[in-house]
Amino acid sequence: MALNLLKEKGCALDKQGFTWRELVQQPISKLNDDAFTRVRIILLNGIENEALRFSHACARMNKELQLPLAKLRRIEHHQATMINWLLSSDHSPIETTIGYEQVAIEVTAAVAQTEPDPYLAQVYRFGLLEDFDHMYRYSALLDRLEGKDSNNILQSYTDVLPGRPTSVEHRAPEDDLREHYDRTKAHPLSKMHALTIMSGEQQTHNYYLNIGPQFSDPLARQLYAEIASIEEQHVTQYESIIDPHESWLEKWVLHEANEVYNYYGCVQQESNARIKAIWERFLDYELGHLNLALDLFKRFEKRDPAEILPESLPEPIVFKSQREFVRKVLSQEADLRANGTRIVALEEDSEASKLYRNHMNSEGSPSESVATQYEWKPGTELNKGVAA
Amino acid sequence: MKKPVDIGMNRTGIDSSPLLSREMLSKANLLLSRQTEAEMSDSDLRKECIREADPIGTVPFPGTLKGVAKTSLQKLSGKKPEVFIDKLGERLAFERSGVRLYEALIRKYEVQKLGIGGISLEALQKIKDEELRHFEIVRDAMKSLGADPTAMTPCADVTAVSSMGLVQVLNDPRTTVEQCLQAILTAELVDNDGWDLLVKLAREAGNAEMIQNFERALREEAGHLEQVRSWVNDITLVEAERAA
Repeated sequence: MALNLLKEKGCALDKQGFTWRELVQQPISKLNDDAFTRVRIILLNGIENEALRFSHACARMNKELQLPLAKLRRIEHHQATMINWLLSSDHSPIETTIGYEQVAIEVTAAVAQTEPDPYLAQVYRFGLLEDFDHMYRYSALLDRLEGKDSNNILQSYTDVLPGRPTSVEHRAPEDDLREHYDRTKAHPLSKMHALTIMSGEQQTHNYYLNIGPQFSDPLARQLYAEIASIEEQHVTQYESIIDPHESWLEKWVLHEANEVYNYYGCVQQESNARIKAIWERFLDYELGHLNLALDLFKRFEKRDPAEILPESLPEPIVFKSQREFVRKVLSQEADLRANGTRIVALEEDSEASKLYRNHMNSEGSPSESVATQYEWKPGTELNKGVAA
Repeated sequence: MKKPVDIGMNRTGIDSSPLLSREMLSKANLLLSRQTEAEMSDSDLRKECIREADPIGTVPFPGTLKGVAKTSLQKLSGKKPEVFIDKLGERLAFERSGVRLYEALIRKYEVQKLGIGGISLEALQKIKDEELRHFEIVRDAMKSLGADPTAMTPCADVTAVSSMGLVQVLNDPRTTVEQCLQAILTAELVDNDGWDLLVKLAREAGNAEMIQNFERALREEAGHLEQVRSWVNDITLVEAERAA
């Protein structure tokens, strides 16, 4: 791959900036743009939001890094703004939710297939089937509440089928933690994958917490409350696979490298020329951020960046329908459960999780109620003339 | 620049990607084994919540009438003054928002300069001015009853929730004057029935001044509805006839 992480300088920080008008660009068309353009927008918004959250946490723990973090964070905040504002206002909150779950399914499925560590690949497949089920539940809600077909958002790239039922995804906290990769041995791709998926899940968690109370429908309020709780579990799971022994600066460098990695993949695959220009601009910005973080890494830790970064970027995440892979995983792994850090067969399900789950579901299960006998049909389930 | 009524690359619908759609539909065996029946259906759960729900809010008791016997308010506004005040609050909010909707429509019209359907800036401004006057009529009516025209009554709140989509459509830079007029038509239909109801309530209360003012507002609103309806019809028909 052409991009050399340790040599490319990118755009210098003092050359990076925005006007308010620039920040708020023409949004995409919900009807005409490709669903994967929306997928990339949502994913990169998640990546930028993680950059912000990490940067704040880092600043709270490292006095000497506060100023460079603040300078960089200002730019990343505006990047996040420009990206998130690309979503047009005619997306109802449930339609945006369908977009979020499409990101979770298609990106996690792509990552699960290229992940070099078999244990981590299993963790991604495990999470994938849960988000896959969320899509089914939210599609039922969209159909039965707003009378809309979720496939107008999905554009037939992603199936709408039950996965591992959301009602059984509720676990005791000890069953959400996983083993972490070893920072000294892990393939760079494993580090990029973990950061990417964790970022996506974190923004989904935040999004559901924010929009859940905006619904008047009591079942929608309950469903968002229930699935937000799973997203919290997913953030717990995916952050636990990241080596906690990485230093703050090492983590910072990896965050910047991951942003470069994701923008690079988006530049390569974006079909909307106007949006592609934004990804190109931000790729250049991120290379600048990476260089700044690398300078500080060398200065404070006296370490060689080549210790933690590869010279060239790994192959990008592929943005395309992963239907066949997802169906295969669905048919083989839907009944798996977690016990401690292990993914196990149904019979080995953790007692602590069963206890917790049974209590949470003891007064009814919103995710079960919302999708009773629901079957996706083109044009909604009311369109009974269409064979499905 | 493409107009929304031109043919373009709309990617929604099952026909826009036949291959992917066929794959999507080949799923029967994956679905049947996993479909579930919940202990409580979505409909039953919602019914239970309806039974348990608190109201959205209540009608504020007229502040300036505190200490005055409720019967004097009843004389002015009918047997159950809360109902009248709630509906007045609703109309007040609707007319006030209506002014904002017409301001948005006028901005769009000034930019897009639609030359068909007999629509004009003067006609739009006249309607907007009348919406403002109707707001003032309701405000003064509420004041005369001792009700607070700055408060938000339950019906005012609910009607604002109903109108949220209208605000989104009118203020979206991507929508056309035609699309905005269609949204405004919804508002005018509701507004006409709203005024009709207020006239009836004023008659019930036997309040002569209100009857007169409200009847005039109703006549003007009927004019708005007729006007907007004819614009929507004319513009759409002209557009349908126009060669590509």
